[in-house]
Amino acid sequence: MDDENIITQLSIFVNNEPGRLAGVASILKDANVNMKECNLAESTEFGILRALVDDPEEAFERIRSRGLIAKKTAIIGVRIEDAPGALFSAASVLGRAGINIEYGYAYAGKNVEAFLIRVDDPGKAVLALKAAGVPLVKRSEI
Amino acid sequence: MAFWNEAIETMPRAELEKLQMNLLKKQVRAMYGQSKFFHDRMRDAGMHPDDVTDRDSFRKVPFMKKTDLRDNYPDKLFVRPYEELARIHVSSGTTGLPTVVGYTQHDLDEWSESLARGMASFGMSSRDLLQNYHGYGLFTGGLGVHQAAEKLGASVLPTSTGNTARQVQLMMDLPVTACAGTPSYLFHIADTFDGMGKDIRKDTKVRLAIAGGEPWSESMRNKIQERTGIKVHNCYGASEFYGPMFLECEKQRGAHVWADICYIEILDKDGELCADGERGEMVVTMLNKEAFPLIRYRIGDISALDWTKCECGRTHPRLMRLSGRTDDMLIVRGINVFPSQIESVIGEARFLSPFYHITLDNKNYMDNMVIEVELDESRLTEDTVELGNMARSIEARMKDVLNLKTTVKLMLPGTLKRFEGKAQHVTDNRNYD
Repeated sequence: MDDENIITQLSIFVNNEPGRLAGVASILKDANVNMKECNLAESTEFGILRALVDDPEEAFERIRSRGLIAKKTAIIGVRIEDAPGALFSAASVLGRAGINIEYGYAYAGKNVEAFLIRVDDPGKAVLALKAAGVPLVKRSEI
Repeated sequence: MAFWNEAIETMPRAELEKLQMNLLKKQVRAMYGQSKFFHDRMRDAGMHPDDVTDRDSFRKVPFMKKTDLRDNYPDKLFVRPYEELARIHVSSGTTGLPTVVGYTQHDLDEWSESLARGMASFGMSSRDLLQNYHGYGLFTGGLGVHQAAEKLGASVLPTSTGNTARQVQLMMDLPVTACAGTPSYLFHIADTFDGMGKDIRKDTKVRLAIAGGEPWSESMRNKIQERTGIKVHNCYGASEFYGPMFLECEKQRGAHVWADICYIEILDKDGELCADGERGEMVVTMLNKEAFPLIRYRIGDISALDWTKCECGRTHPRLMRLSGRTDDMLIVRGINVFPSQIESVIGEARFLSPFYHITLDNKNYMDNMVIEVELDESRLTEDTVELGNMARSIEARMKDVLNLKTTVKLMLPGTLKRFEGKAQHVTDNRNYD
């Protein structure tokens, strides 16, 4: 997956217990992991902290070595600043292509504003969105 | 206080013990002849029924264990054919296999006799209307208490468990004077009265209760009696015996164990008979049971037997409150739960690791069981719907196997504590004070 439009997100899982998230934040600080974006998802089962970081591969190793449970997840970003309705067209394109959106969240960085989405088949999604002319975020822009 | 069977209930101890010994010898001889299981056991131990002459020599008869019930599932321990049976009850067993108990009509009659004596001993009579919120069905509590109350001549309101608001309404609308079920459910009923803005003292005629099927304490009894004005009597039994069997009399100082129905040995760690009133492991022999005999059965409870004559006039020994278990069985809301049953459910689920932890509490006097299970690393997903489905599917399976509603908490891979040696799977935070 060396597609420049595919972004690696770290998903850090915590048990739903009081104080767990504070523990994670402290471990990330100790591991010197700089988060550009983070998003907290709550389910009845686990808390999932989704983060975009400078060097996901290295951050992943550092996090895991400190006993946190994490996964690398491929996501894609639909640019929203210069194309009103981009999210709607992205969703329509993906729907027509039979690609399921699992979750998404907004991102506003220095270089780009986007809606980041997790789909069940990122490679296929990128191809479909590009073919339909939906503007995508490059990994280097995050 | 009226006796149900005065001649037997007040028989002098020496005479009673002689009767008990004679019944014991008779039962051992009968089962040596009728039961392949007992025959083989005694033969393998190199003994013959004639060797049993007194309490000491009776101890040569090998123990019967819970594993024997499991190994002989479903009905290999029955010594009567089905056409001679009157009923079957089924309770939870150790490893997913339930315990199946058969009864002849004689067995049902003796079961009722035992409970009817107990009910009369605390003043229940034909004038009483008993609301029975023990579960009806495979569980022995519902039908057992029901048939005994009918034998006594009392009338029964068979509400079974659940729908507490309706239980409360019926208790107020009808002249209910007695009730039976688990102590925790009685607490729950009392709470529901409060919640409905009603007063169980003023708005009902209930004055007597039978409580059993789960561990509870004297302080719990004091609390519920103070709160409700109902005199609560402890009940001891197990489905292997027949079901609920022995009740406390009006003196509330331990359940009278009818010595002409049951012989309980209290053994110390070396298998020696404990002195009167000393605590030890209970080993139970049913003296007249026909369909599903029980000889030297290790029920797993720890208690003491007190032969001191009771102020009520009954000469039969009293069983003190249970003070623990010899195995890892838990009693939750009156239901026997073995960690091995939980392990079998977890073992079936391919998305779980074998690790688990059980936490019990009884906030508001209702037992609550939380089972933490651990997701297998390969199945870690961000799909919260799928995670939820996994947890709920285990809860449903636990409900099937344990017959108990539990809360299943899915935990992350590697986060449940690993133990060396015998795992400490249970944290019991239940408070009986």
